[in-house]
Formats: sequence, C-alpha cells, structure tokens
Amino acid sequence: MSDQIDGGLRSELQRQGIWVTSMEELYNWGRKNSIWPLQFGLACCAIEMIATAASRYDIARFGGEVFRPSPRQADLMIVAGTVTKKMAPQIVRLYNQMPDPKYVISMGACAISGGPFKQGYNVLKGIDRYIPVDVYIPGCPPRPEALLHAFMELQRKIDSQKLTGNAKAEHLDPMQPSEFPVPAFGAHDLEPAANPRLFQPPKIERS
Amino acid sequence: MPNSLIKAECTGRSKLPRLTNLVDDVILIAMTPNPYFFIVIFCGVAVVFPLMPLALAWLWRRFFQPPRPGAGKNATYECGVESVGEAHVQFQSQYYLYCVIFLIFDVEAIFLVPFAVAFTGLPVGAFISILVFLLLLIEGLVWAWSKGCLDWGSKRLSAR
Ligand code: SF4
Repeated sequence: MSDQIDGGLRSELQRQGIWVTSMEELYNWGRKNSIWPLQFGLACCAIEMIATAASRYDIARFGGEVFRPSPRQADLMIVAGTVTKKMAPQIVRLYNQMPDPKYVISMGACAISGGPFKQGYNVLKGIDRYIPVDVYIPGCPPRPEALLHAFMELQRKIDSQKLTGNAKAEHLDPMQPSEFPVPAFGAHDLEPAANPRLFQPPKIERS
Repeated sequence: MPNSLIKAECTGRSKLPRLTNLVDDVILIAMTPNPYFFIVIFCGVAVVFPLMPLALAWLWRRFFQPPRPGAGKNATYECGVESVGEAHVQFQSQYYLYCVIFLIFDVEAIFLVPFAVAFTGLPVGAFISILVFLLLLIEGLVWAWSKGCLDWGSKRLSAR
C-alpha cells in the first residue's frame, strides 16, 4: 500500500496525525526492533560485543534485545572474532539451526578475512566462505559504536526487505536452500574450502 | 455484598409470582459473589493465559512461517557439534552418593583443621572425643566402600 500512496501525501497526513502504513512496514518494523542475537564469542572481538551488550552501550536500546544461548531463538549471528578451522563447521551448523529469517554480522578483521592471523594454517580466511554475511564491520577490534552502526545498518536492510513480489526477501523463497553445507575436516584443509555459491574470489590475472 | 442485604433481597423477591421466583433465584445465585468464584476465574485465566501465546504462535507458524525446514535445522542442538547418541541418556545415581560422601569428608576437614592447630594444648578428653568422631567417619567410609559406593559405574551397582 505504501507504494500506492504518494510520499508527499503521506507526510502531509502524518502531520495531521493520520498514520498510514502497510502490513509489510508494520511487520518489518516489528522484526527490526526485536533482533535477538545468538550468544557466542570467538576471540577478542567478543569482548567488544559484550561491552556493546552491557550497560554502557546497551544494544537493547536499539532493539538488540537479549542475547539468546540457543540458535532456535536467535535471529542474528554476530561472528565476533577469529574463526579457526576447527570452529568453522560448528558455526555453519549453528547458522543452519537458526530459524529463518536470519542475519549475520561479520565483526572484525578476523571474521571478514582472517585479519592479523590470515597467514595462520588454522585460521579461516573469512566466514563469508560458508555463510552469507549481511554486514561487515572492519576494525581490529571494532569499537562498540561500530557494532551499533552495523546493527543499525542491518535494521535498515530488514526494513527494506519485501515480503511479496518478485524481489521478496530470500528467506521467503521456498526454492532457496535453507541450509548451507557444513565443511568437514579434510587431510589438509576444510573440505570444501569454500561454498562456491557464496564465495567467488576475484580471479587474479597475471600477464 | 453483606449477608443482610442478600437476605433482604431474597425476602423481597419471594413475594413475586412463582415462575419468576425460580428465574430470580438463578439470577441471584449467579450474581452473588461466592468467595470461591474468584478461584474459578483464577483457574480460567491461569489456563488461558499460557495457552493463548502458544495458540497464537502456532497460528503464526501455520500461516506465516517461511516454509524452509531441513535436516540440519531440525537436528538436535548440541552447541553446534554433531550430537552423539540419544538425548535421553540416563545419569547414574552413583553420582549422588559420591557427592554426599564428599560433602561429609569436606565437613570433617573443617573440624580437623582447628583440631590440628590446637593439638599440642589439648586435654586428653578432647583428644579422645575427636578420635571417636574420626573413627565414626572412617567406619562410615569403610562401610560405603564395602557397599561399592566408591566404584564408579561398578558392575555390582549397575546390575541392580
Ligand atoms: S579482528 Fe582483531 S580484535 Fe577482532 S578477533 Fe581478530 S584479532 Fe581480535
């Protein structure tokens, strides 16, 4: 409905105290203001995440609400810290076990790319190899304000998601896979080393 | 409503014709606040209150849930690790016995420390009484031991 009503008319009505909204907006408004993150931390970034959840920064003010210790009740996975190859299958499995719709914030250089430990044989070079990431936060570690910013970006994304039509959100499409393959420990590395559906590294052209 | 008032009402109504009298009585019973009536209300609310969110959640799931189940999603949650075996495993009651025995000897240690500190200045009577106390506990330990309470997962106990 909000597509049919003119924006100018809408704000005019609003000024007169008449609020016009659509189911979609209402639904998304509810979703974006009650995001329950999964409660787990991986490395030093997790300390910043804890600070964000604690009284000084208080992510609940923004709708971050309660950190849930079970994926069944979580909407958001904050990958905060270094993902070792030993931990990666668990993270993917936890992500799979979260109910749709679900979102991922990749917090810190480590979760994005391996960060300072990128050369380490045991460090995964970015969690986006296995699960789709919605918001990346650079920094080592990112400050709590940065996490709040990422959170607000995610809210913006949720707010803009369509519930119907061709461009509707991915989680509403029954054709999309609901799970991502969990990597297994191979002889030298995780197998597969990345999910080709999600991760295509740019090809380096050497002349 | 005070009793006298009800009575006054009853006597007032009883002068009415017979048929309406019965109806009136029914109405009166329904209107009179029985002291237990609140418990009935309370029970009703206590049942409806938890059922309503469950029903709403069920309805929501039925009509609006993104239909995307999966084997991994429905699997048992075990902190991300693949679950091993059944979720309904039994824990040995042996553990409880261990705890109780540990607790007894833990408390004994509290008594033993002041005894050890004051040992040189103790009269003979105090020494003997603590000795008896120790002997009692040791006897208990021997008894528990001989009963097999200290064998973790022993065949004797698990066979029972
Ligand atoms: S990005 Fe920096 S602060 Fe965050 S987990 Fe990695 S090393 Fe630690």
